[in-house]
Amino acid sequence: MSIEFRHVRKTYPDGTTAVEDFSLVVPSHSTTVFVGSSGCGKTTLLRMINRMVDPSDGQILIDEEDVSRVEPVALRRRIGYVMQNSGLLPHRTVIDNVATVPILTGTPKAKARQDALGLLDRVGLDRALANRYPGQLSGGQQQRVGVARGLAADPNILLMDEPFGAVDPIVRDELQQELLRLQRELGKTTVFVTHDIDEAFLLGTQVVILKRGGVVAQIGTPAEILANPADDFVADFVGAKRGKRRLTAEERGAGDDVLLVDAAGYPAGLIAAPGGRLELADALAAGAGPKSRSVSNKTDQAGDA
Amino acid sequence: MDWVWSHLDLIWSSTLAHVALCVPAIVLGFVVSVPLGYWASRSTAARGVLLTLGNVLYTIPGIALVVLVPVVLGLPILNPLNVTIALLIYAVAIMVRSAADAFASVDADVRGSARAQGFSGPQLFWRVELPLAGPVLLAGIRVVSVSTISLATVAALVGIPSLGGFFTDGFQRSFATEVVTGLVAVLVLAAVFDVVIGLIGRALMPWNRGRRLTSRAAKTLATAVPGGVGANL
Repeated sequence: MSIEFRHVRKTYPDGTTAVEDFSLVVPSHSTTVFVGSSGCGKTTLLRMINRMVDPSDGQILIDEEDVSRVEPVALRRRIGYVMQNSGLLPHRTVIDNVATVPILTGTPKAKARQDALGLLDRVGLDRALANRYPGQLSGGQQQRVGVARGLAADPNILLMDEPFGAVDPIVRDELQQELLRLQRELGKTTVFVTHDIDEAFLLGTQVVILKRGGVVAQIGTPAEILANPADDFVADFVGAKRGKRRLTAEERGAGDDVLLVDAAGYPAGLIAAPGGRLELADALAAGAGPKSRSVSNKTDQAGDA
Repeated sequence: MDWVWSHLDLIWSSTLAHVALCVPAIVLGFVVSVPLGYWASRSTAARGVLLTLGNVLYTIPGIALVVLVPVVLGLPILNPLNVTIALLIYAVAIMVRSAADAFASVDADVRGSARAQGFSGPQLFWRVELPLAGPVLLAGIRVVSVSTISLATVAALVGIPSLGGFFTDGFQRSFATEVVTGLVAVLVLAAVFDVVIGLIGRALMPWNRGRRLTSRAAKTLATAVPGGVGANL
């Protein structure tokens, strides 16, 4: 299930342009992250995929099929959607929220609820929560229910609009790891929107950095973007300019470990350097990229949060 | 009090007549107002027109309306339907505003998220918007219920049986006991209706139990009746 944007433009009646000539291929079974500041059109682009927003010009294709020819309600039922603040129905229990789409598509209630219990397990929620109302859950639990609901119809495509934007950093970290695990298990074609560059690099196979008006600043893997920022905007956005990504070794670790500090002098993490030599080329060449960061700059995330 | 004990039959039959005037007006008022209120919540123009119309209708004095309805509709002057229709007009005049506020109070994120899950238009209305508008609709219908029961006493002025008969009769005979009896009966009836509606709301909205009214619902209550209950008498 690949998704393709072809010269997509969105102008509102009042004359504001949300997206200007955007083209992109989202490959199947991988995660593409749209990242940018507010007003960059990332959410608009996401919502065009399931026709919550129709483009003024251009096409969006799912497996070569133009979505403008698909009836919106039917289209939305086969695309999972997870949003910030969960968007759960406050008057339905957790289990009925998860079973929403299967019930809409005519699955008998008993079966839909039975399947939904399995989904609670899958997203790491206790089945005892099944009959609670969303208002009785914590923010992190609500987001897990939101993810379970997005997966309930077993869609090939999963759209996620800043799903972890409103939870505290520790819970966000858990949810991100959980999403990576789910993605390894399920391999959905996922489009994820965030304004957090660390989240984008952690989750994205392909990262799209957007400027105001839906203009693409750079498309690439996290490693490509970090190693070769296309311009000053990207360098600034990923934090390279502020020295957050420029790490230098300070030989002050226990055993073989070397402490890394960023340009501002903050400790960023540790790296193994047996005999005082860094063996970094192999890890990067093997394609593991920054995902296998033994250099984990958690201090940055805490600072941003 | 002797008078009360010797007239229990009359009090009971007047109460039943009063209920018969009010219940159709309250129920129909709700049924008519929900679609109008929904429309008003979706379109600014409709909201302006409907709410202004509601305000204008509400300012017509009760006695004038009860006299006007049979003339306009060509019904016999002593038909109780005249009073019910007049009460219905007042009920809608109040309830449309509550209903418009009720639908406007539905969280835009929840509505948007439901659309994104694949709810069609009618499914969105029946399964999401109507239930979520419920608490504010409930607050509105409670005001309508109390106001209608109070207003229905005006029926006595055009010779139709209701609890208002105790007021007119008591005044004419300068007999305070009868007036007070009518007053207490109206208050008790209004309280009973309020409790019943509250219980229906509780049964229909289990997720809402134990929650207090939203600030928006409280505001609706405060502004729903511009002149206060009974201003039309």
